[in-house]
Amino acid sequence: MSTKRTLFEKIWDAHLVAQPGGRSPIIYIDLHLVHEVTSPQAFEGLRAAGREVRQPSRTVATVDHNIPTEPRGTPITDLIAAKQIAALQANCKEFGVPLFDMDSPDQGIVHVIGPELGLTRPGMTIVCGDSHTSTHGAFGSLAFGIGTSEVEHVLATQCLAQQTPKTMKIDVRGRLAEGVGAKDLALGIIAQIGTDGASGHVIEYAGEAVRALSMEGRMTLCNMSIEAGARAGMVAPDDTTFAYVKGKRFAPQDGEWDKAVAYWRTLPTDEGAAFDKVVEIDAAQLSPFVTWGTNPGMVAPVTGRVPEVGSLKDSDRRATELALEYMGLDPGKRIEDIGIDRVFIGSCTNSRIEDLRAAARVARGHHVSAKVRAMVVPGSQTVKRAAEQEGLDRIFLDAGFEWRESGCSMCLGMNPDILQPGERCASTSNRNFEGRQGRGGRTHLVSPMMAAAAAIAGHFTDIRNWKFQ
Amino acid sequence: MKPFRTHRGRVAPLDRVNVDTDQIIPKQFLKRIERTGFGQFLFYDWRFSADGKKNAGFVLDEPRYRAASILVAGKNFGCGSSREHAVWALADFGFRAVISSSFADIFSNNSAKNGFLAVRLTEDETAELMGRSSEVNDYQLTIDLEQCEVFDDQGFRTKFPMDEFVRHCLLNGLDDIGLTLQHEAEIAAYEARHPGDALSAQ
Repeated sequence: MSTKRTLFEKIWDAHLVAQPGGRSPIIYIDLHLVHEVTSPQAFEGLRAAGREVRQPSRTVATVDHNIPTEPRGTPITDLIAAKQIAALQANCKEFGVPLFDMDSPDQGIVHVIGPELGLTRPGMTIVCGDSHTSTHGAFGSLAFGIGTSEVEHVLATQCLAQQTPKTMKIDVRGRLAEGVGAKDLALGIIAQIGTDGASGHVIEYAGEAVRALSMEGRMTLCNMSIEAGARAGMVAPDDTTFAYVKGKRFAPQDGEWDKAVAYWRTLPTDEGAAFDKVVEIDAAQLSPFVTWGTNPGMVAPVTGRVPEVGSLKDSDRRATELALEYMGLDPGKRIEDIGIDRVFIGSCTNSRIEDLRAAARVARGHHVSAKVRAMVVPGSQTVKRAAEQEGLDRIFLDAGFEWRESGCSMCLGMNPDILQPGERCASTSNRNFEGRQGRGGRTHLVSPMMAAAAAIAGHFTDIRNWKFQ
Repeated sequence: MKPFRTHRGRVAPLDRVNVDTDQIIPKQFLKRIERTGFGQFLFYDWRFSADGKKNAGFVLDEPRYRAASILVAGKNFGCGSSREHAVWALADFGFRAVISSSFADIFSNNSAKNGFLAVRLTEDETAELMGRSSEVNDYQLTIDLEQCEVFDDQGFRTKFPMDEFVRHCLLNGLDDIGLTLQHEAEIAAYEARHPGDALSAQ
């Protein structure tokens, strides 16, 4: 057997608790993140079975999915949502789980606060009842989404029985051009391999363009892994990673820090280690992308057009026709001719400080089109404070954007931030599924810069030609 | 968990690829704190108009597919959100299994935890069953998990793959938390070797 191992294999091996014959391996979970929507039935299951939370101090909860983004203190008018939030508060109290609640200065989207508090670190296994848990893989951790039964399983045992996933290397050659960011890279990859292209696999993103990404960019890239069907996405930890983690509240301190870094440096994939699948991407070929359909693989360069259906094979043709009908788009329409009604800058994909800086750079000195309503929803209270210290809130407000409180917001529309039927939105979120942002709403996924530019122009426009003020 | 051994039932075709969990159970119904009662909201935005009236023509509401318990759908079924509510809604509506040429990983895992079968056949086989269930009135299939076989009364018969451990749990209706806790000694030993916690640096 080869002793050369991938990043994934090193973390997997280090967390094997038991390998019972004829059963899936049991792996240990270092960090379990919990939110209000996928946990109530899990806690109820524990109560029914008379079980405890095995490791409350490896469990961290916050509220993000259905909370309003109105100023804090505004009463929650959705009584069912309020009940779900109250259930999480009661469950955390009963089972001793730390909770970053609505009024906490650390509240935020679970995949934003984990990294910014230093809870997310290289080499860890991290799970959450949310498919975008893959975000945390940006730190060189193995992080994946689970269902509610598995949430209950981890609460009770701090372990999961998991079939061993396959490995896939996505090697991104060359450099991304100016105006082309991590979001465009993610969309470009999904366009190439398909929305089920990585099913059953853990992706490791490698290559020059990935190394050059900031931690925020790597989080955006890993976040979208699930949209290619992957179990998880990872980037090997390096000095960029260590610089981000250092000094965070729950990061190792003093002498522990050096020991931790020495271990983290052993994690990257060994030279010559084998992957089950290898995909190559040419970074220089990528442009700013806009999705035109109802899944994230239905994507075109901003300079391109909505596809013609005539040339497609039957199965693709039917899916394309259904998507274009839902989206209210004619085949062959130029992407830059698509006008929009709404803009959403936020979500676990693109709501971090670097995302807001990029959008603010575009917005500075311009004004949102009279026919567009645009909102900026920071990923966390910490991001919001940092942005306000830099004056980004002023830039957005002066340009006519709304500046709101942190949460998942219009990424999935569980709170009052939703599209009206037929409204068309340029969104920095991760899913353009039918009705995702509100029944009948039409979502186009883009980068933060492209979203800000669309808000101002009133239609999609190529950020590479933008007049920055 | 309810064991799954053999099931025979009426088949309904859902001729769409990439059916995501947002379609199976839209987000406005995720705020319940129970596991039950989701069936009425299954495929809600396809089945009902915005004012709550039934849309004409959605396949599951056609009289010939009423009480169907096996769904045949296009590839990459259950993609998107991890919401287990999708499986709860399908099961609560009366389905015991979905047949497709591929499933999203989290959906497959969630199915197995609920005694619900995600049966993977080839694209050709799935297309064949889509055709038969559209053309034959009261088309019935049998899914035999002990033999890992799907068959009808008209000559269709094929094997399907299933992880051996998942199959064992489904056949016996095993609670896998209980199974993991059989390894208490190993978990405790692992924890002794790896002390600390997520919040230890506070």
